[in-house]
Order: sequence, then structure tokens, then C-alpha cells
Amino acid sequence: MTLAVGVTLSEFESKRLLAESGIPIPAERLVFSPKEAVLAAEELCYPVALKLCGRGIAHKTERKLVRLDLTDEDDVNTQAEDLLAQRGPGEEHAGVLVSNMIQGRRELIVGLERDLQFGPCVMLGLGGVFAEALGDVAFAVAPLAPHDADDLIDALAYAQILGRFRGEPEVDRAALGAILETLGRIGQDRPDVRSIDINPLIVSGSHPVVADALVELDANPA
Amino acid sequence: MSAILERLRPLFHPRGIILTGVSAHPGKFGAVTYHNLLRFGFKGELYPINREGVEVLGRPTWRRIADVPAGSADLAFLCTPAAVNEELLRECARAGVRAAFVASGGYGEAGEEGRRLEQRLVGLAKELGIIIAGPNGQGIVSTPVSMCAQIAPPYPPPGPISMVSQSGNIGASFMNYGVLTGVGFSKGISCGNSAQLELADYLAYFAEDPETRVSLAYLEGVENGRRFLEVARAHSARKPLVVLIGGVTERGRSAASSHTGALASNERILAGVCRQAGIARAETVEEAYELAATFAGQPLPRGPRTLVFTVAGGWGVLTADACIKAGLDLIPLPDDLREQIDRMVPARWSRGNPVDLAGGETRDTIPEVLERIAAHPQVDAIVYLGIGIQAAQANAFKSGAFYPEHGLKRMVEFHERQDRRYAFAAAEASERHGKPILVASDLVYTDRAYGNAGPLGVQESGRVAYPSGHRAVRALAQLVRYARYRQRLEGRAPHSAS
Repeated sequence: MTLAVGVTLSEFESKRLLAESGIPIPAERLVFSPKEAVLAAEELCYPVALKLCGRGIAHKTERKLVRLDLTDEDDVNTQAEDLLAQRGPGEEHAGVLVSNMIQGRRELIVGLERDLQFGPCVMLGLGGVFAEALGDVAFAVAPLAPHDADDLIDALAYAQILGRFRGEPEVDRAALGAILETLGRIGQDRPDVRSIDINPLIVSGSHPVVADALVELDANPA
Repeated sequence: MSAILERLRPLFHPRGIILTGVSAHPGKFGAVTYHNLLRFGFKGELYPINREGVEVLGRPTWRRIADVPAGSADLAFLCTPAAVNEELLRECARAGVRAAFVASGGYGEAGEEGRRLEQRLVGLAKELGIIIAGPNGQGIVSTPVSMCAQIAPPYPPPGPISMVSQSGNIGASFMNYGVLTGVGFSKGISCGNSAQLELADYLAYFAEDPETRVSLAYLEGVENGRRFLEVARAHSARKPLVVLIGGVTERGRSAASSHTGALASNERILAGVCRQAGIARAETVEEAYELAATFAGQPLPRGPRTLVFTVAGGWGVLTADACIKAGLDLIPLPDDLREQIDRMVPARWSRGNPVDLAGGETRDTIPEVLERIAAHPQVDAIVYLGIGIQAAQANAFKSGAFYPEHGLKRMVEFHERQDRRYAFAAAEASERHGKPILVASDLVYTDRAYGNAGPLGVQESGRVAYPSGHRAVRALAQLVRYARYRQRLEGRAPHSAS
């Protein structure tokens, strides 16, 4: 709740923090050369996604720092080289994050914010291309009591998208609920975590998968 | 007695009240409050203080607080200027006062100097062991002791609702609705600047107060959000809490921050807080009051299975739409009910839900149908439409040139008796079967001028009569939501017999 300047962890560090708290994170490798990127892609199996990854790097899509659906060695080599060349001032230590493509047509945004009056609050919203236009977002104050996660999911105006929808199975509510509850617990237990933004959380089949995450820490935790 | 009940007792159950700033001028707040306390018959002792000792309202006043017999007053109501209140508070403490409602302005709402005075007042109160409500508040109402300690009306009829408001005038609006509909209040208080006691304190009190069955709150911001959530949760676990929130739009927020001084919260977070705490959230003043009055007068439904009962078509159609939109379960009419009603009215009735008798009812049909649908195990709640039509015709008869000849007098008496009887049949069936029956008719408003026997009967039965099917449905949807909240909390399954 302090107004001090925060530190935005890299995507890789952000996901490590989430994983340590019990939120499942897909396999990925942080590399620093095109050659390492190719090795990582082969290990993970194609197709893969590459993202420039370093502290303070946000708005990756807008800056075209995300390369999706790369299917062979040449592709990975070229794109990794290009991404590393995009590093700006202060981003010299950034690497390339190699991960599997996550298949899924439904995207969510989940996160943690701190409200001046209510303290840590868990957020759930619809993601994807219409996210801003729809503005379908709901909050719950942390920690989440029994039923709070379920009710938070149902509080979305378009919650039916999370049910069976155009050939997609129903979202695993228990898994989604566990992510929401864990975010609330982080909010309670880690006063140094100022905010968490998981965007997107891709619904792959029925499983919510953390595709990207940013954690903001207080620079001077109390 | 619990700590909070004991702590706030002098505010709502004072033995005696010291009133400061009571002048002979009936335009001044002190004199108005003194008048209102006398006018509505406060059951305790009154000690109006006037430094010159002039008569006010033909009664003697006390020159000095020190002259008030020690221990005879436990509440002080201050209408004096902020500058003298500290000294008066010390004197009150010496006289045995335990609580003060500070109506005086000139505190936190009045800039830097006012904020300083407010902090000093709170510091002094702590030192003296006195609790402070206000300052800059409208007053307190407590009907169990016939107390209207307010610088403005209204004084509502006694009832099971207790109210706290961060705006004096919204609090007055709530109580005006109580005057209008007859579903009354136990207690009401305006927070003023909430210098010491804040909204959550009053809610914590109402939650434990045996005289309160439902609480109603208007808020524009909360100082301590976590505590509010905790208190609201504990409240909802015992009895319903209805909340109206102001300042939820960006422009409204800036109006609220200059009004209450509290930072208005993010609307989406407040929506979450209400959901998590089982709060019945209202959008408007009238809806907030109606929700509270609904909780006050109706049993909680076991589930969402709703039946609409009407004596005429259009209302039923609109109300059916409203039920669906509100997420209520408009069940298909059970076969056995259809067979029973088939035997009671001509075949033109709807034979479905809504149960629309299409004017086919005779003298005893409506009470009988109400009883049967309320008794049915697949029905959790009923919306009953069309009360007052017969009494409306009675009024047309009575006000016309042919009355009382041509058999009109007898017909008028019959119609009025019938509509009154329907109102009581609905309330009795509701109580007998422990299911809400909400009665709605536009005649609540349109026939108010002469007092239609139908809506008046609903009022006499201690319930609110809704001016439209939509308003009844909105209230019912909140009853269902709150009932589900309680069932889950208590680990009970919906639909099960309790």
C-alpha cells in the first residue's frame, strides 16, 4: 500500500514466484542466445513461442516482443536473434523465454491488486480481443472464503463463456478457483507483492494455463 | 450483554438526555430537537440547557449542566457551537453522561480548523470515557424508547428495521418510506462525520440488537474496508443487511468525497465486498427501503421456485418476464395444482404459471388459491398481483351520484371487505407455510388519495405492498439470494425442509 516505486519482475521471475506459491506454470526455458533457444525448443518440442524476457519489460505484444507458433530450427534461430536485438536501454540483461504454444480460444485475466480501503483483492476478468470493450471484470477481497472463488467466477457478466461453449468443454472450475484462492493467499502472506497480473490465462481444453504473468514488488517492502 | 450492546446502549436506550443549545427560537436546532423529543413522547428524562434559563415551549430549562442530578442523564445531544463543546462535554462527563451525539457543525467538514477541533473532541471523549456519534449529524431515532432526537423529522412507526446513514437526508428518506408504507424502524442514526463511531460500529450493534431484525445502511465510503467486510459478514450470518452505496460513478465519487470526506471505493471492489458479505445491494433509495421492509416482513424462501398469481393478464405477463430476468425459477405449474384450480374457476384461466384467473374468481377463490399454492411443496415463493381492484370499484361507486342506492352500499362494503381479506389471506398463508408472498398493485400509489382497502390491508398485516410486479420481483430475488447465502453458510441444502 506504500506509494514507493515498485519493481516489475521479469515474466520468468514472476512465474517462478507464482509456482513457488502453488500455481502451476507450463514448462519453459530462459535462454540468452539463438543457439540455446533452438536447444530449448527441441527439448520442449515444436511449435514454440519466444518472448523477450527481462525486468521492467511490459507491453510485449505492443512492442512486438512475442513471436508465436515457431515450427522449426531456422525460425527459432532467426526470431531469437531478432528479439535479442530489440533490447533497449536498461534491458541488456534480458533473455528469451522459450515455451510451448498454449492452445485455447478462451482467455482470461486474473490478478491481485491492493485497494486502499480493502487491501489485497483478487481480480478475474474476460481476456482476449474484446476484453476492454466488454470490461467484464469482478473482484473479491482476499483471503477468499469458501464459495468466494465460485461466486467470483459466477459474478462475470459473461460467465457462460466458461461453461460448455462452441465445442469447448467447461472450464475446470476447481483449477481456476485454486488459482484465485492462491492469488488471495499471496496477497495476504506477501505484503511485498504489490500486484500480480496474469494475462492471458488461456483456457486450454478445460485447463486454465498461465501464459504470461507480471509480478510487481515494492522496491522498499515495509 | 455483549460489549457492543453495552457500549452503544446510551445512544439508543438513554435514561435521560442533556440537550445543549436549546434556545427559545424554534428555528434553532436545539429547540427543534427538544420539540421533536417531546412531540414523539420520549420515555426518558430531558434536561434542556439554556444559559439564561428562559422557558422553551412553555417549559423551564436548566442553566447549567452541573445542576443536572448526577447519573440521571447518560446521553448528551449537542447543538452548541463547536468552540464551546469541549467544555460542555467535560461537564456532561461529570454529570455521568456516557455518550454524546454531536449535531453541531463546524468540524471536519469545515476545513483545517474544523478538523483540528474534531480531533480534539475525539481525544477528549476518549479521555472522559464518552463515545461520540457525529459530529455534523442529523440525530438518532429509537422507537422502543419513543426517541426522536433529531434536528429534522421524520419519526417513523416502530418496526424491525434499523438504519444507519452517512447522509442525514438519505436516512430521513428511508424513514419517510417507513411512514408511507407502515413497515417501521427500531433505530436510526446518521453518522455525521464519523469522527469516532463509524458506520461499522452501528452495524455491529444492530447485528446483536434483539430489537433489530434487518439493517439498512447508506454509505459513500468506508474508512476501514477490512473491518467493514468483517462486520458485514458477521451481520449477514445472523440477519439481513441491505446497503445502498453512493458515489459509485467517477463524478459521484468526487461529490461523495466532499460530502463524507471518505475516499469512495472502486465500484467493482464494492460489488465484490457485497457479494462476499451476503449484503443485499440496492440501486435506489426506494429499492433499499423496500428490500429492508421485505426482509422485515417476509419469511426467507427455501429456494428460487416462484409462482406468479394474478387476477388479470398483463401484470402476470410482465411479472413473469421480470422473474426470468431476475434469475428466479418460474416453475411450470404442478399438475396437482392445475387440477385443483380447474375445479375452482371457469376454464378460461391460464392453466399455467402465471396462474391467471382471468376474472373467473368468486367470493372465496382467491384465499383458497393462495392457500393451495403456498402449501405446495414445489413452490418456494409467490408474487400475488391485482389486489385492490374490487376496492377501486367501491370507491367509484362511493364517489358517484347513485350511491348509496341501487344496492351500491352493500356492494361497496363487500368489495372493500374482500380486498382487505385477500391481503390478510396472503399474509396468513405466508406465515403458515413459511414462504414469502409478495403483494403488488399499482393501486398502492394510484389509490393512495382515498386509501384502497387492498393495499391498506397489506400494510395492516405488517408487510410492504409493492407498487409494481417488477419491484416485488427485485425484492424477491434478493430474498432468494440472501436465503442461499445463509443456507450455504449453515451447510444446508436449498429446497430442503427446515
